[in-house]
Amino acid sequence: MEKRYFNPKIELLPREELGALQLKKLKKIINKVYKRVPHYRKKFEEAGVKPSHLKTLEDIRHFPFTTKEDLFVDYPFGLLAEPLEKVVRLHTSSGTTGKPKALFFSRKDVMAQAELIARSLVMSGATSGDILQNSMTYGLFTGALVMHYGAELLGMLVIPAGPGNTERQIELMRTFGTTCIHMTPSYALYVASLIQEKGLKPGKDLKLKRAYLGAEPYTEETRRKIEEMLKVDVFNCYGLSEMGGPGVGFECPVKEGLHLWEDAFLVEIVNPENGEPVKPGEVGELVLTSLNREAMPLIRYRTRDLTRFIPEPCSCGRTHVRIARILGRADDMFIVRGVNIFPQQIEGVLMGIKGVAQNYQIILEGYDEMTVKVEIDRDFFDGRIERLLKLKEEITEKLRQAIQVRPKVELVEPGTLPVSEGKAKRVIDKRTL
Amino acid sequence: MEAVPVLSIFAENKPGKLEKITEVLAKEGINILGFSIVSVKDFGVIKFLVDKPEKAYQKFKERGFTVAKVPCLGIELEDRPGGLYEVVKLISSKEINIESALVYVAETRKKAYFVFEVEDLDSAWEKLKGEGANFLRASDFIKE
Repeated sequence: MEKRYFNPKIELLPREELGALQLKKLKKIINKVYKRVPHYRKKFEEAGVKPSHLKTLEDIRHFPFTTKEDLFVDYPFGLLAEPLEKVVRLHTSSGTTGKPKALFFSRKDVMAQAELIARSLVMSGATSGDILQNSMTYGLFTGALVMHYGAELLGMLVIPAGPGNTERQIELMRTFGTTCIHMTPSYALYVASLIQEKGLKPGKDLKLKRAYLGAEPYTEETRRKIEEMLKVDVFNCYGLSEMGGPGVGFECPVKEGLHLWEDAFLVEIVNPENGEPVKPGEVGELVLTSLNREAMPLIRYRTRDLTRFIPEPCSCGRTHVRIARILGRADDMFIVRGVNIFPQQIEGVLMGIKGVAQNYQIILEGYDEMTVKVEIDRDFFDGRIERLLKLKEEITEKLRQAIQVRPKVELVEPGTLPVSEGKAKRVIDKRTL
Repeated sequence: MEAVPVLSIFAENKPGKLEKITEVLAKEGINILGFSIVSVKDFGVIKFLVDKPEKAYQKFKERGFTVAKVPCLGIELEDRPGGLYEVVKLISSKEINIESALVYVAETRKKAYFVFEVEDLDSAWEKLKGEGANFLRASDFIKE
């Protein structure tokens, strides 16, 4: 019989009991970092809080946030709450400049995160009979290895393909009958377009059923496009190395938001400006406290990811809270003529327009000039220049409505914009101020 | 209907683009009978009347160009002052709007055709077919 839940006891735990479990774990972890991590003790003292002040889950509000900058205090081992002998794994997370964030995991941490992945995979309908082609980067990045361990824990056959070499990716899918893929959404689009170009028919020549896409934000339109092109169910997965990598949040088949595993994380959403909790359903910055992490627990970590709670209970039966797909990274935001813009807003508009292919690029230059380069869809071109001019006008107008800035739109040939086989680089800022 | 296929290629406005496009035709031994280039700042559309339109279309596709076949009408021009004027006068008298056009010189100083694209080909044909014009036929120039 197909297993619907990997850990039904925890996944279906009534909210009240879940809250009690969280409080118990939170007290323990707050105590632990206060005792063992000098930087946390110092931060708590500066904020005038002690572990004994934590009586309810709401009391967490009085404790200080952990930011990216804190990870570089006493670098690299300063935030360890366990002796180095208990640490079995290092992952790093690329910083934009300088040193990478260093994250450490004990054996228990590695297995705990693997369980979150296994739960998530079962939630998507996967079983030990499935074959997962893992096309994220293996190495210092958490994406591939953490998924790998979780899929093995479930008993799937894992193909550790890694990213890139798309010809080989498709060959692996055909040879071994890959049923599930794990990659970034931008790479999935690229793979899908190559599959189309080769004249292969997903559903016939390929056995793909599910795609787990994460590591960069994407829109509903992109999901639909990939589902259509590859004939798969796309599941949005969310994670960050600071919280152990993928498996933090994952979609269930209802596909209305991502469940965050609350036995492992205390979840808050705050106003990024002042750190105060937002009203239920309001967009803010996701803040996570790792409740299970042994080697390097982080308290109230500012993820910089923007999302909102979906407060309604989920029809899948799981009691763990849901958040909306990540709406953008606070750091991705760019400002043109005084307006805050997220690449995802642009993507959302483009994906909704007929005649537009997958790829786009935003170029900022000169005196706050914004150019959006858009690849046209090969099948849309009927030879008439009027149709292209209309398309250009439609894109310009719809973008203007969405972002309140009128960009210059350039139509380019399909396949000419760079596709990054990893995190998509969509914005090129050449402005010099 | 005497429609003739014209190849239309979408191209970004970049140096070397036209060279790459015409290279395909040269390598495949396809003869260009007429062409036009329309450019609007960042991109353009290049149109060709060729003697092997099906082969040219396939070759452009294979090499990743964004290409389409546009059915056009071709009307014979007389090689004398006022030759083009009379053809376009006929077309405009029928309230037909020309979207793009090129000239095919079938025999130097003797025979040429005005090959043009319209929005509604069927209705243009209905309006023009009884006007005594000599229409270009696909069989007049296609060698495949």
